[in-house]
Amino acid sequence: MQRLANPAQFLRLSKQLQPWLAAASVLLIGAGLYFALLVSPADYQQGQTVRIMYVHVPSAWLGMVGYSTMALASAVGLIWKHPLADLVAKAAAPIGASFTFLCLATGSLWGKPMWGTWWAWDARLTSMLILLFLYLGYMALQSAFDDPSRGARASAILALAGFINVPVIKFSVDWWKTLHQPASLLKVSGPAIHPAMLTPLLLMVTGFTCFFVVVLLIRVRSEIIASKIRAIRLTQIHGTREEPLADHAVG
Amino acid sequence: MSRLLEIVRRDLRLALRQGSDSVMVVTFFVLTVILFPFGIGPEANILERVSPGVLWVTALLASMLSLDRLFQADYEDGSLELLALTPTALEVLVIGKVIAHWLTTGLPLMIAAPVLAVLLHMNGEGFIALLVTMLLGTPTLSLIGAMGAALVLGARRGGVLLSLLVLPLYIPVLIFGVGAIDAVVQGLEDGAQLLVLGGILLAALPLAPLAAAAALRQALE
Amino acid sequence: MDSLMTFLEMGGYARFVWPAYGLVAVVTIGLLLVSLRTLRSRERALTMLQEQSPGRRGRRRDK
Repeated sequence: MQRLANPAQFLRLSKQLQPWLAAASVLLIGAGLYFALLVSPADYQQGQTVRIMYVHVPSAWLGMVGYSTMALASAVGLIWKHPLADLVAKAAAPIGASFTFLCLATGSLWGKPMWGTWWAWDARLTSMLILLFLYLGYMALQSAFDDPSRGARASAILALAGFINVPVIKFSVDWWKTLHQPASLLKVSGPAIHPAMLTPLLLMVTGFTCFFVVVLLIRVRSEIIASKIRAIRLTQIHGTREEPLADHAVG
Repeated sequence: MSRLLEIVRRDLRLALRQGSDSVMVVTFFVLTVILFPFGIGPEANILERVSPGVLWVTALLASMLSLDRLFQADYEDGSLELLALTPTALEVLVIGKVIAHWLTTGLPLMIAAPVLAVLLHMNGEGFIALLVTMLLGTPTLSLIGAMGAALVLGARRGGVLLSLLVLPLYIPVLIFGVGAIDAVVQGLEDGAQLLVLGGILLAALPLAPLAAAAALRQALE
Repeated sequence: MDSLMTFLEMGGYARFVWPAYGLVAVVTIGLLLVSLRTLRSRERALTMLQEQSPGRRGRRRDK
């Protein structure tokens, strides 16, 4: 783990890892799509729309994985001041947010034929909606400071506060939903998972997770390079001008 | 302890000298609640049904509006730096400011709420639940809000950003606050909801000042 | 041809299933492409900057 602290080491390792992960994700998603769209059966109640589950569930999963990655990286950055940790958190956010958005969009497309409405205040969709706002807040806070390290540190605290809140939010929304539940309930995930549906589901989940890591590695490399660029620019400008580069806006 | 009281007193003095803050918060509260009958019609049944939610959401928003003055003024004129240099922990400073904030925001809202509940035809049985939930909930709003206010110090568009950060975290308090009132009005027990609200407050009491103090340290670096 | 049509129709739910998969494809591939593009442009910028400031010339970058 310590060896990864060196950005150069990380760049080398990630470059080695990337092709394998990319290949794995292509294979797994490809196989998953084959099973999801062609082989697996239609649902007894939901018909062909159940196939949306094969993209909805991985999206939900990655939305949560993304936030956990952000929170873990933020904690490491705050406690051990590991230089790479802040970059990992920053890189993970847009990916997790995208998948959370996809979870909501596919959930809506799944819900319309099932429940007749484009949006239902289903417990999971509602929790995912709140999670999306937690993501957006994090990304907004990061970019609201001229000094990127200040932005990284502040949003690290926010990520942890949000992470602690996620179980509270889930609990509250679940409770709220049971209170306002109509008599008949069709959970978005379906009443039970047919074994033939498990294969494509697992393939898609693992495939997309590999994809997540691939994109994460790309973005972290990108952030490392961006910070190198900033460092060079600061030393260049520091030599030729006396005004600081950033204008720290207050308020 | 005495240091804590000093901070509370100082902030209260500053707030009273300003004078208008509490009045503005309550005025916003009243005005916004009054908008609802215009928006959804004056029918008593409908207003009664939505009254707990309307009161709570509006109180939440009103409480949030006054958050930016929590640290901003002190940050801008340098007194925050001086306060940070004193031997007192920043966490104590945060708690002191939160107490002062609640006294000038949460408490006035609590006093105004029953009056507005009458305007919204809220069921009489809900009044006590309304007060109890606000008593348990508004301090939590101040605590979470303090963390948010500390995080956006020195950020661009801090005011709007603060709302984006803080509102999702307010949702559990909102759910259980309204849930308790609804339960009582329907003749059910509200003990569980109140317990959860109390639990959230107990959890926020140590955690929010910790996070806020960490954010303040970052802002002062 | 018939079975292809049946497949595409998705039991009448085509207008839900295909947009769902399509959206996922667009967003994921888009995310990948945007991330790659940012990476490439930053790599280029870094190379240019390093060539400008001669002091950093000696550092070996694994490209």
